[in-house]
Amino acid sequence: MQETATKLLENKLPALLSHFAGECVDATDFRGDLCVVVRPGRIRDVIAFLKASPELPFEILMDLFAMDYLKSKEPPPERFAVVYQLYSVSRGRRVRLKAYLPEARPEIDSIHDVYKAANWFEREAWDLFGVDFRGHPSLVRILCHNEFVGHALRKDYPADRYQRLRSVSPSSGI
Amino acid sequence: MHDTRIHTPVAASEAQSKYLRLNLGPSHPATHGTLRIFVELDGEQIRDMKLEIGYLHRCFEKMAETHTWNQVIPFTDRLNYVSAMMNNVGYVMAVEKLLGIEVTKRCQRIRVIMAELSRVIDHLVCIGTNAVDVGALTCFWYFFRERENIYDLFEAACGARLTTSYTRVGGLYADLPDGWVEWCRKVIRNLPRTLEDVDGLLTENRIWIDRTRGVGQISKEQALEYAFTGPCLRAAGVPYDVRRAHPYYDYDKFSWNVVTETEGDTYARYLVRMREMRESLKIVEQALDDLPGGPVNVDDWAVVLPPKEAVYGSIEGLMAHFKLIMHGIKPPREEVYSFTEAANGELGFFIRSEGEGRPYRVRCRPPCFAIYQAFPDMCTGQTVSDAVAALGSLNIVAGELDR
Repeated sequence: MQETATKLLENKLPALLSHFAGECVDATDFRGDLCVVVRPGRIRDVIAFLKASPELPFEILMDLFAMDYLKSKEPPPERFAVVYQLYSVSRGRRVRLKAYLPEARPEIDSIHDVYKAANWFEREAWDLFGVDFRGHPSLVRILCHNEFVGHALRKDYPADRYQRLRSVSPSSGI
Repeated sequence: MHDTRIHTPVAASEAQSKYLRLNLGPSHPATHGTLRIFVELDGEQIRDMKLEIGYLHRCFEKMAETHTWNQVIPFTDRLNYVSAMMNNVGYVMAVEKLLGIEVTKRCQRIRVIMAELSRVIDHLVCIGTNAVDVGALTCFWYFFRERENIYDLFEAACGARLTTSYTRVGGLYADLPDGWVEWCRKVIRNLPRTLEDVDGLLTENRIWIDRTRGVGQISKEQALEYAFTGPCLRAAGVPYDVRRAHPYYDYDKFSWNVVTETEGDTYARYLVRMREMRESLKIVEQALDDLPGGPVNVDDWAVVLPPKEAVYGSIEGLMAHFKLIMHGIKPPREEVYSFTEAANGELGFFIRSEGEGRPYRVRCRPPCFAIYQAFPDMCTGQTVSDAVAALGSLNIVAGELDR
């Protein structure tokens, strides 16, 4: 990690740096949004730590979604990313964690057992981006039809593609 | 003799035949939008519940990537279509944060007025339909009369009632018409009377209390686990309101209170919404009193179209107009997350720009999505009619849930 990023983390989120220095790759602050790039390997530990950290507990997982950088002009090292928006209600602080995932195997550990809110958010990221969340109890489509082929929000999925879907049976394995 | 009316427990092996599976929706008068609910019933009690969503999925996020920054605004109308103004404001605030511009004071005040009027409408619809679901039709009519009055105000300002598209990046579609402020004062002066009427009909009504107290209850801890925000979180006792915790548009300068309750049940959510409408009216009143003059659009021709006189009368104006129409607004290549307090909670927009005339990615954080996920947990052990009462109080809007 570069020195400026280390300084920023020391300043804004020292607990993360002292416990998971090896997991942090980069940190930026743009218009007041703190964004920390972390390695995907121990994401569950990192997030569980942030949720329970006594001096700055992030009680709410505000959002979880994926990104596809395929068409980006300055692409990051990997094509996909999973973004976690954490919020601390008691301290009024936010942090955005980002983990890059390779195009060949976009998979990361599920955090459904850390925050209950993650369950549907992860299903949505799977549905629209094809990111695999290891250990998710039922990783099935949530917004698209169960016969839908492909992942609609990927940059190589054409916005005007038409698919004929027939079945009316429930999609979520009920 | 065996009495079939008396419920007797059966062995687990008979479970398959014992429990009744019931499907509600996706098109059902009690689901208010295309929600599909499967319940497994033990007698009248809900043993298990599964939800299926996505019936109103319209690829909002994908479509946003193929349109210009301003063309996304009409799509945002259709997220929470009960309070479109707030989605308009939430989205353009995110783009403005990315651009690093601050809109004029007059524009900020008008956005606050519109957003608070929308919050009132949203709560009116939520409580009105919630009451209808449990059989109280009168409140609905009382509330919808007021709602029509506010829609008249919207129509005068932007030409549309439901899908407003009133904001633009850097300002508004148009300034308020003459006489609007006085008209608005008249409308909001009448509103407290209606609130009192419904207060009198519901708040101490035996049937209403029986149908809502302890129904669809959620604890503070569980509400945080499920990422609740807005009235549903405040009803569970967490005083989190974006307008107070992270004030934007001078919300910290108005005098108003964050409303909380402790029970986290349907009745508490009703109380929170009722009181919040009064707080919103307080804010609208103060904003009307303190409405400064001046332009509503920022003075930056790279963001807002120049006035027509400049387009026809000067080469700079003509060029700026041409550039904006042909190439669009070009925010820096960055990512931002911006959030506002919408009627259902924190409405967030995460935006990535590649420095082009179109967004690279628009991610909408819909408050309903997180709230609806907790619905099975809130209803297990209760009856289907309780579930219907609880569903109404969560105010799930399918347009926002499915995007």
